[in-house]
Amino acid sequence: MQELKNRIKQLMEENVAQRALGWKKGEFGYDAQAAFFESTDELDDFVYNGFCGANLSKYMIEACKKEGRTIICLKPCDTYSFNQLLKEHRIQREKAYIIGVGCKGTLDISKIKANGIEGIVDIEGADMFSSENLLKIKTVYGDHELAYSDALLERCNCCKGKEHMIFDEIIGESADTVSADRFEQIEKIEQLTSIEKFEFFRNELSKCIRCNACRNACPACNCRKCVFDSDKFDSAQKANSDSFEEKMFHIIRAFHVAGRCTDCGECSRVCPQNIPLHLFNRKFIKDINMLYGDFSAGSNCEENCPLTSYSFDDAEPGKI
Amino acid sequence: MPMNSTESFAPKIVAFCCNWCSYAGADLAGSSRLAYPADVKIIKVPCSCRVNPMFILRAFEKGADGVIICGCHPGDCHYSTGNYYARRRMTLLFSMLEYIGIEKDRVRVEWVSAAEAVKFSETMNSFVLQIKNLGENVRLGDLRCKS
Repeated sequence: MQELKNRIKQLMEENVAQRALGWKKGEFGYDAQAAFFESTDELDDFVYNGFCGANLSKYMIEACKKEGRTIICLKPCDTYSFNQLLKEHRIQREKAYIIGVGCKGTLDISKIKANGIEGIVDIEGADMFSSENLLKIKTVYGDHELAYSDALLERCNCCKGKEHMIFDEIIGESADTVSADRFEQIEKIEQLTSIEKFEFFRNELSKCIRCNACRNACPACNCRKCVFDSDKFDSAQKANSDSFEEKMFHIIRAFHVAGRCTDCGECSRVCPQNIPLHLFNRKFIKDINMLYGDFSAGSNCEENCPLTSYSFDDAEPGKI
Repeated sequence: MPMNSTESFAPKIVAFCCNWCSYAGADLAGSSRLAYPADVKIIKVPCSCRVNPMFILRAFEKGADGVIICGCHPGDCHYSTGNYYARRRMTLLFSMLEYIGIEKDRVRVEWVSAAEAVKFSETMNSFVLQIKNLGENVRLGDLRCKS
């Protein structure tokens, strides 16, 4: 981490960029958050560890409105979102200096807490650049140990790979963390009966508090004016929502990013209710791959999006 | 009030018809005196690709029992390519609806040209029958909108 911090400092001192976009340490050591660093003094708070899950690509839209260049730290999977935003002309390449940072998987604090670990004071061993696979968790009730690989976010268990799709320089090594097939859960749900599927999703989605965190964190959800912000739309608030409204919100949200979703998993990560929202996005990805050929949004800037192109012999709706 | 008998159950069906082919097809069906059920409420849209997925979900929410989208045959779109895009979108949407546990027989896409009055009437008859067999749309309806 020190190496990364020093490099950013150096770049800012050399005037290559005017500010940096990275992660700032939070109150507890496991709640790092995205932040702009406008001067080298502010870099004291800079962190990069397993809890820096936030995908910074979307903040680049904001950075592009500012004067000068911005250093942006991107993990391998974040670069897909960056590419997708470039393709949609939402950000400008020349405004960014991309440091591709190595990643050995991001951590899920709720998985750690699920092991019965409470009152966490500090967590050691979350450093991204060390090869150690052990988290030492200090709590007010004593110390605990947990394997790093057991506390990974779901998205990291089906990692897209350790290659950065776009970068100016790379700092640190990335590790492969794949341990599951990303469509496994989708296939499992597809096997259920219609009623079981309905009950499953009703159960999950009724937890939704309409906080809009999924929408706000999603790098693909970047419309200046969102359909859900309309006062003509009932599901703008939870208060007047009924059982179907919340389904509609999530179906439409997933549909609006279909073909553009890079499966970065931010929606599920930020959900305060732990709703597995990636199940919607992955279903679309699975269908697109099956019907219109393998497609990975953000892997390059040229390829056409499956929903803005067509072929004469596409499948007929409802026939698959 | 739930109605179990298929005889007494009058489904609410929304048909989105494109202005250039299917709506004209419906017109021809009317002037040719071909019967189709009055349960079908036609909404004219400029093109089948005008149908936003939200229209379909909204119709269900407000109490529709089935939704059918009719457009020009692929290749015959008035705007050249609109129905090709609609086809991809609807394929994905219908697959998603099935995935979250909504009977996929409640939605359908049919390509009907301006000359195919017979096809229009047959499609609507068979679709209404299909919905009657499925019964009332209890899973999706917004309770506030049911009388």
